[in-house]
Amino acid sequence: MKRMIGAVLAIAMTVAAGGAIAADKLKVGFIYVGPIGDHGWTYQHHQGLLAVEEAYGDKVETVYVEKVAEGPDAERAITRLARQGAGMIFTTSFGFMEQTLKVAEKFPDVKFEHATGYKRADNVSTYSGRFYEGRYVIGQIAAKMSKSGVAGYIASFPIPEVVRGINSFMLGAQSINPDFKVKVVWVNSWFDPGKEADAAKVLIGQGADIMTQHTDSTAPLQIAAEQGIMGFGQASDMLKFAPKNQMTSIVDDWAPYYVRRVGEVLDGSWKSEDTWGGMDVGMVNMSAYTNLPDDVVAMAKKTQASITDGSFHPFTGPIFKQDGSQAAGAGEVLDEGTLLGMNWYVKGIDDKLPQ
Amino acid sequence: MGAMEAVVLTIITASTPLLIAAIGELVVERSGVLNLGVEGMMVVGAVCAFAAAYTTGSPWIGVLAGVLSGVGMSVLFGFLTQTLVTNQVASGLSLTLLGLGLSGLIGEGFTGLPGVKMTAIEIPALTEIPFIGPVLFGQDPLVYVSFMLVAAVAYVLTRTRIGLIIRAVGGNHHSAHALGYNVIAVRYGCIMFGGACAGLAGAYLSLSYTPQWIENMTAGRGWIALALVVFATWVPFRVLIGAYLFGTIWIMGLYVQGMGVGIPSQFLSALPYLVTIAALVVISGNRLLTKVNTPACIGQSFVPDR
Repeated sequence: MKRMIGAVLAIAMTVAAGGAIAADKLKVGFIYVGPIGDHGWTYQHHQGLLAVEEAYGDKVETVYVEKVAEGPDAERAITRLARQGAGMIFTTSFGFMEQTLKVAEKFPDVKFEHATGYKRADNVSTYSGRFYEGRYVIGQIAAKMSKSGVAGYIASFPIPEVVRGINSFMLGAQSINPDFKVKVVWVNSWFDPGKEADAAKVLIGQGADIMTQHTDSTAPLQIAAEQGIMGFGQASDMLKFAPKNQMTSIVDDWAPYYVRRVGEVLDGSWKSEDTWGGMDVGMVNMSAYTNLPDDVVAMAKKTQASITDGSFHPFTGPIFKQDGSQAAGAGEVLDEGTLLGMNWYVKGIDDKLPQ
Repeated sequence: MGAMEAVVLTIITASTPLLIAAIGELVVERSGVLNLGVEGMMVVGAVCAFAAAYTTGSPWIGVLAGVLSGVGMSVLFGFLTQTLVTNQVASGLSLTLLGLGLSGLIGEGFTGLPGVKMTAIEIPALTEIPFIGPVLFGQDPLVYVSFMLVAAVAYVLTRTRIGLIIRAVGGNHHSAHALGYNVIAVRYGCIMFGGACAGLAGAYLSLSYTPQWIENMTAGRGWIALALVVFATWVPFRVLIGAYLFGTIWIMGLYVQGMGVGIPSQFLSALPYLVTIAALVVISGNRLLTKVNTPACIGQSFVPDR
């Protein structure tokens, strides 16, 4: 059963939920950072919730809290779900990391799953998608489709996840056009449509004719459509917001992972681990290639296939850092640790990383 | 489109909502009332405008809905502060909180839907002139409305009888009352004008700036508008300058980043606020500037004696 909890009801529910733990049903809780209606990041996590309901029907009960701010608020929201008898809780944003661990310590019997984090405990698993794989593909498309040779990249926060995406995009683009340029604007927010739109306009004014983003709203793509340039969706298929201008979208598909992990809790085989899934396990998908010539579609599909079957890794050397030093030799693939902690730009990116 | 032109166009869209909201609040404050609920009225205006435009398909009905909802919110504020004589600061703050919550409730079903965008006025020959064309003649209608509002408010306040009455009420409500003016009625009128402007600013956000509804999409712009009124020492044309100064620094921050100069983006994000604070300090240091236009009765409740 789907239930929505308003923040206003928090106190009432905490009191009411005191002893109401259903014995035979597994209650699965989800903490979302944005609204389900963002049509991006949170929307995709909610698709995962729906898949869990679909897969297990009466055996599970799902609860979610949306628009939970990263920080102290998150701790309250997670605690509330745990008190209400949730046996498993997914916290779906990087900024919930410390709060998840804190609450997990107090509720050792509850299984926690934290998205995109790197700290684990006996009852806390982490999981994330290798979104950089998709970014390599769109980087290639960008370089093929751009006339000016400049892409605009709207970025959120300078964390490894985002930096890795920019680098992967750039490596993809450079594989087609070695002189390709990426202009990066940091908006210091995951979700601020006004500012994302302003940034998009500024980037277009500076000559970018391809728009891509690592923020959660549809605003940059809508601005791209309005000004007649091409762009990419983020986290989910945003085609309906730019039917003539979206070329493809990197789609996060959490459903298979959520269904599997909930199943493991149900049969008792769940244990704490780290999952970093990519195209190979279907956690990262590309939405339909649209508004593109056939040869570009063929190229994108070929790259996608080679990443999926593991014959190609986007971070295959030679890779040079911005300062000119070599990060990976020819044919060498960057190790997971370097990828996870990435805090440097590859050569050719026209921006200094905010520290 | 040239880079300069794009920057100027972006500055205009970023400054317009600030300007509209601020010019409304200026009139409110000139009548001696401090309404801190601008943010709340603005966000309700944004959601109502979006909902109406989405439902009917007409951005103009959206604008109307935005304005009316802003007026509705301000009448509530007027009732509290003028009729029930409650504290204006507390009432204004609660109006903002109410607006943020209420807009989320109204907007529940409208989040993430593709909106109805207000189309720009295009005058065929004029819009094609390089640079000047798109900047002067290619804006959406509300941008022109914002300039007309500034001119109208400036004219009414300084050159008409109504303006004199408003200023009298704000300057000394006891004298104005003794002269036979209905202080409460004048203030109600000004509060409603402020509400209409805040609602219009909200409508601009959800219909033109980013044509969609997202909870809390005003993102503090109402508070900036409030600060701009003080920044402008209650003079309409200075509000215009202040709004565009803020918008310019805001956009230039993004522009500089795109050029890859390497100034920390966090600093650039904070810069418009820093400049506004600095300007406030400079202005409030100049006694004469502030004293001339400060409504003496601002924030004070008025109860007519029998």
